[in-house]
Amino acid sequence: MFEVTTTHYLVVSFLLFTIGIFGIAARKNMITVLMSIELVLNSVNINLIAFSYQLSDLTGQIFAIFTITVAAGEAAVGLGILIALFRLRETTMLDGAVELKG
Amino acid sequence: MRNLLWVIPVLPFLGALLNGFLLRHRIGKKAVAAIACGTVGIAAVLGLLIIFDYLGGPEHAAHQGFEQNLYEWMPAGPLATAADGVKSFTVPMGFLIDPLSAVMLFVVTFVGFWIHVYSVGYMAHDDGFQRFFTYLNLFMGAMLLLVLGNNYVVMFVGWEGVGLCSYLLIGFYYKEDFPPYAGRKAFITNRVGDFGFVLGLFALVSTFGTLRYTELFPRIAANPSLLTGPGHFGLTLAGFIAVCMFVGAMGKSAQIPLYVWLPDAMAGPTPVSALIHAATMVTAGVYMVVRSNVIYQLAPSISMFVAVIGCATAIFAATIGLVQTDIKKVLAYSTVSQLGYMFLAAGLGAYSAAVFHLMTHAFFKALLFLGSGSVIHAMGGEQDMRKMGGLKKHMPKTFWTFVLGSGALAGLPPLAGFFSKDEILHSAAAGGHWILYAVGLITAALTAFYTFRAVNMTFLGEFRGTHEQEHHLHESPPSMTVPLLVLAVGAVFAGFVGLPVEKWNAFHHFLEPVIYRIAGHGAEEHATSALFNLVLLGVAIVVAFGFTFLAFRLYGAARGLSTDVAMERRFPAAHRVLANKYYVDELYDKTVIGGAWALARTLFRFDAGFIDGLLVNGTRNATVSFAMLSGFFDKYVVDGLVNLVATVLDGFSRVFRRLQTGYVSNYALVLAVGMFALVAVYMLIYRG
Repeated sequence: MFEVTTTHYLVVSFLLFTIGIFGIAARKNMITVLMSIELVLNSVNINLIAFSYQLSDLTGQIFAIFTITVAAGEAAVGLGILIALFRLRETTMLDGAVELKG
Repeated sequence: MRNLLWVIPVLPFLGALLNGFLLRHRIGKKAVAAIACGTVGIAAVLGLLIIFDYLGGPEHAAHQGFEQNLYEWMPAGPLATAADGVKSFTVPMGFLIDPLSAVMLFVVTFVGFWIHVYSVGYMAHDDGFQRFFTYLNLFMGAMLLLVLGNNYVVMFVGWEGVGLCSYLLIGFYYKEDFPPYAGRKAFITNRVGDFGFVLGLFALVSTFGTLRYTELFPRIAANPSLLTGPGHFGLTLAGFIAVCMFVGAMGKSAQIPLYVWLPDAMAGPTPVSALIHAATMVTAGVYMVVRSNVIYQLAPSISMFVAVIGCATAIFAATIGLVQTDIKKVLAYSTVSQLGYMFLAAGLGAYSAAVFHLMTHAFFKALLFLGSGSVIHAMGGEQDMRKMGGLKKHMPKTFWTFVLGSGALAGLPPLAGFFSKDEILHSAAAGGHWILYAVGLITAALTAFYTFRAVNMTFLGEFRGTHEQEHHLHESPPSMTVPLLVLAVGAVFAGFVGLPVEKWNAFHHFLEPVIYRIAGHGAEEHATSALFNLVLLGVAIVVAFGFTFLAFRLYGAARGLSTDVAMERRFPAAHRVLANKYYVDELYDKTVIGGAWALARTLFRFDAGFIDGLLVNGTRNATVSFAMLSGFFDKYVVDGLVNLVATVLDGFSRVFRRLQTGYVSNYALVLAVGMFALVAVYMLIYRG
């Protein structure tokens, strides 16, 4: 029987993290970027829980709960910014939002 | 009554103050005239009362003057004097009445008052009516200060005051070109003389420490050796002082070489010419020399110099007077000439004769000027005698008074000028100065000739002006003719106070208290025989009548201007020289004035080239250059460093700004890569 070890979790987590980072860096749609941020956060959660299980320490799982809570807040703020951006430019694409360009 | 002496000069000043300042533009012409004539009239009456009071008082009986010191004017403190060591020098504001100032006071106020009255008519239509009377009153005040002061400083204040009024009144018609020029000329010429006068006063102060007549003269008379010692420039001290003072007299009384201003002074209104430039101010020099007679007696060579200058001036001016065609110019040159007579007398030591001529001259010359003013008034401003003629029937009063004045000037007996002129010629002959006598006699002849030439050209013959002028001819109003009549009375009778017989010469005796007698120095009294006197009188009478007759022959009714034309054709060179006044004005223009201009130009060039050019502009240029250098340093070194910093920063920022793409994703990528890098470093260094 194929045994699922901590290493497997870490691989999934790493893949999710990589996909998330790629999404954040490469996609132009802000909604996609927000979703990619969720991916990154969740990959970290997987990591935390995997190590919590392996080390038999609940601290990691409780930390994951915190992360989810913060992610909810982050999603709320991010979506708020998204709506503001849409109202300003009537698009959710990030190409035009380069006011901080030096 | 004597104690009111100080009021006399104050009254005209008060009139000037009222007319010139307090009531300026506030009162009509009648009120102006009333103030001006009133103050002078009161001063004249008061003067007469004071003179009689003085003559009946104890001072006159003691052969002294009455002196009144109002207050200490200049208490100057200790002064080292040559005569008696250190003493306190002070100048009082004080007045003196003695026979000499009494004569001057009477002449000035009497003639002055009638000329004021005359001016009311003469200036009636002038816009500057009030200004005119302000100046005229100011003049009267200054002149009275001059003759009444009891020391030289008060005299000098009056002296300068009359000079100022003379300047103001010559330039009275300031809108025209010539009068202001003539005024300046008079003022500047007088400056030369005044400088001499002041030098003389300084010499007196440093020697005696006082300038009060009653203190100074008795001391000099008592101790002449103080002044007869060596002084300056090879002269004795008395000689030096006498020369300095005479230079002052030359300027004020228009003697060679400073006479040039007087003929030009005729640019002023005619009453001014009568009052200032004939009767009173120009005689101030004579008054001053006579007043200082004790000094002149101690300087016999300078006295002779005075006499020679006076005599030369007399004939010089008389010859110019021969060819003048302007009626006022004729009178102006005759004034210069008669002043020469006065100095001739003063120089010869005949001081009373000088003052006698001064007095008679004041009457008849004021009369002649006022008469000419009446003519000019009638001719509508025309002064050229060639355009006159035949005025006798239009203005008989002016004519007859003018003839009387001319007779007095020509020396026809028994008019005033005859006696005074004869006394002067007599003093020259009696002293054995036959050259001076001869020149004086020739001058008398010329005087008679040119005076009656003027009378003929003006009043007799046919009228030569335009029809319009002829229509306008009229006798002057009473305010002008009454002064003429009054002065004519003076011109006729003034001579009788000095009859040519020693015993009856009241004037001579009257002035004796002010003429000092110094043992071994005084002007000698030349006893002359009665026959000698009679011959001199006879010669004078013959000459005066002879040349008067000649003038009538040559310029008589039928001849018109033909004689002038004939003379000009016959003696063209002489006529040209005389008509151009011996080219003295041109000579002064070339030498003195040209010299002054050249000096001024040289100084200007020095000023513009050296002071302005080298110093001021040089400093400017040096400052500007340094500032430019400093500017370069600032701009390229200090600012350069600043800019370099800025440029470097700018360069860096150009590079690093590229990092700031503005794309959120890029930041996120950098964040992630950074994280990886940091973690990698951590792993490699701490766990590796």
